[in-house]
Amino acid sequence: MIVLESLTKRFDNRTVVDNLSLHIRPGEFFGLLGPNGAGKTTTIRMLMTLARATSGRIIIGGQDMTRNAMALKSKIGLVPQHINLDGELTARENLDMHGRLFGLRPEERKSRITELLEFVEMPDRANEPVRKFSGGMKRRILIARALMHRPQILLLDEPTIGLDPMTRRRMWDLVRKLNTGGQTILLTTHYLEEAEALCNRVALMNKGKLVELGTPEELKTKVGPFVVETDDGGLRRSHFFPTREAGSLFIQDLQQDGKGSSVSLRASNLEDVFIHLTSGDSLSMEEGTSKRDSKTINHRAKDF
Amino acid sequence: MEQQAAKNPSISPLWAGISTILWQEYLIFSRRFWKNTASTMVTPILYLFAFGFGLGRGIRFEGVSYLEFVIPGIVALSTMTSSFNAVATPLNISRLYDKTFEEYLTAPIPMISLTIGRILAGAFRGMFSGLVMLALTMVFGVHLHIGGLFLLLLFLNCLVFSGFGFWAALTIQSHSEINKFNAFVISPMSFLCGTFFSLQNIPQFLSAFLYILPLTHTTNGLRTLSLTQTFPLDSFIALTLYALLFFGLGLRACYQVEE
Ligand SMILES: Nc1ncnc2c1ncn2[C@@H]1O[C@H](COP(=O)(O)OP(=O)(O)O)[C@@H](O)[C@H]1O
Ligand SMILES: [Mg+2]
Repeated sequence: MIVLESLTKRFDNRTVVDNLSLHIRPGEFFGLLGPNGAGKTTTIRMLMTLARATSGRIIIGGQDMTRNAMALKSKIGLVPQHINLDGELTARENLDMHGRLFGLRPEERKSRITELLEFVEMPDRANEPVRKFSGGMKRRILIARALMHRPQILLLDEPTIGLDPMTRRRMWDLVRKLNTGGQTILLTTHYLEEAEALCNRVALMNKGKLVELGTPEELKTKVGPFVVETDDGGLRRSHFFPTREAGSLFIQDLQQDGKGSSVSLRASNLEDVFIHLTSGDSLSMEEGTSKRDSKTINHRAKDF
Repeated sequence: MEQQAAKNPSISPLWAGISTILWQEYLIFSRRFWKNTASTMVTPILYLFAFGFGLGRGIRFEGVSYLEFVIPGIVALSTMTSSFNAVATPLNISRLYDKTFEEYLTAPIPMISLTIGRILAGAFRGMFSGLVMLALTMVFGVHLHIGGLFLLLLFLNCLVFSGFGFWAALTIQSHSEINKFNAFVISPMSFLCGTFFSLQNIPQFLSAFLYILPLTHTTNGLRTLSLTQTFPLDSFIALTLYALLFFGLGLRACYQVEE
């Protein structure tokens, strides 16, 4: 559905997206995951022709994406990272404007606006200027706006950034409902739990490069599905194991050495995968435990 | 997509783009109507006050009162600044700060409809301030011959500077550069292009240069129409060429603009 071929973007000789190739299948809920500055937004902007690719190709539904590709644009709904609603206009007028641009008829716009304001749970705020809304409310209007023209492809750039945990979970429910209609969704996020909760498949991006690609399960299995966390004088260490038993054995060893305090064994998550893959420099095999097949990463608690 | 096209056979993307822009501009304009109108009136009233009462109606200039001579020039310059600023400033903000311009770039409308819509919207705003100005001159009791050709030429002038503002807003990289356009292009033109004096009184080489500038043609054309009622063909041609030039540049910028 969406094919990126060796997509590259340079700003003044700084490569921000580096030779990125991806194939997103129809109906897939695809996550583009990476820390801030990884190049996710730039990738989305190139997809929408808001930024020009330095080299590479973007093919959507078998067709090259260009600024004048009107047929393609009408299939895509974009929820940008930056809130770009017109603050002077009301929620209804913002949605109406979008519907007009996409050539919807007046009756259709009217019923769609009512429907979508219900969907994002804001029917009572329709006639207020958008600038008076909170961040979460603006995001919901942004999503409603992208859905006005019933797009087959949805691009969501960090749809939950800056929201409180409660609102974020409500947003997840909302976004999950979108995929049930068979739409293809590309979501970018730097919240690993978000990708894990929503996506069928994720691509990990770091410094503009594709680092890893697979289902969340595949990626967790790749690093080791179980993790033992130890606390070594403030330095958190993660030790990965292929089985729970291997992990338990490792803990027993630690306890025999009298270092078994504040140790935990749990299933690994995408965050572990991510730290594993992006902190290549601190990746090391621990000598004493290599016999147990563990991989260990030292890291200070990182905030993504 | 085929489905959608079949569902909306009558709404062309070209018209969808133009009409949406005009609709949005109208919403904002009508919401700030009184504020807009009041601020539009300040400069013309000051000019009329200075040239009407200050210089008096007794001064004769090229066979007419100075006030009758200067009003076409002032109408030309105030429609120039208001068309330019009606597009340049909001479009620049919408492109670089609010990012609301992205909504148009990502919509399935041809770039030409974006260019037409924005330039028309700016020209209408310029026309509005021109009409306010002309209404005020009547209140002040000045009698000019204002016919269809006068208004047509005025509208052409609005299209030229609205187009100039459109192109400027899409090509510059920061808002302060709009001020540079105002300081180095718009302001000098308002003083040089024969607004307050006759170009017949200045050296040949200088007036030759001034005849390159579009505002000179507006001022001369409007003055000719209101004072002598002869048809200023050269003004119409010059302004049409300028309008087409900025339209072309603006359209090209639409394809190239990137944030
Ligand atoms: N217009 C621009 N000019 C120069 N650098 C830019 C521009 N836009 C983005 N960047 C840089 O590109 C990098 C990737 O940014 P972005 O795509 O926003 O990352 P992400 O969305 O993954 O956080 C950042 O280092 C950012 O500073
Ligand atoms: Mg981003």
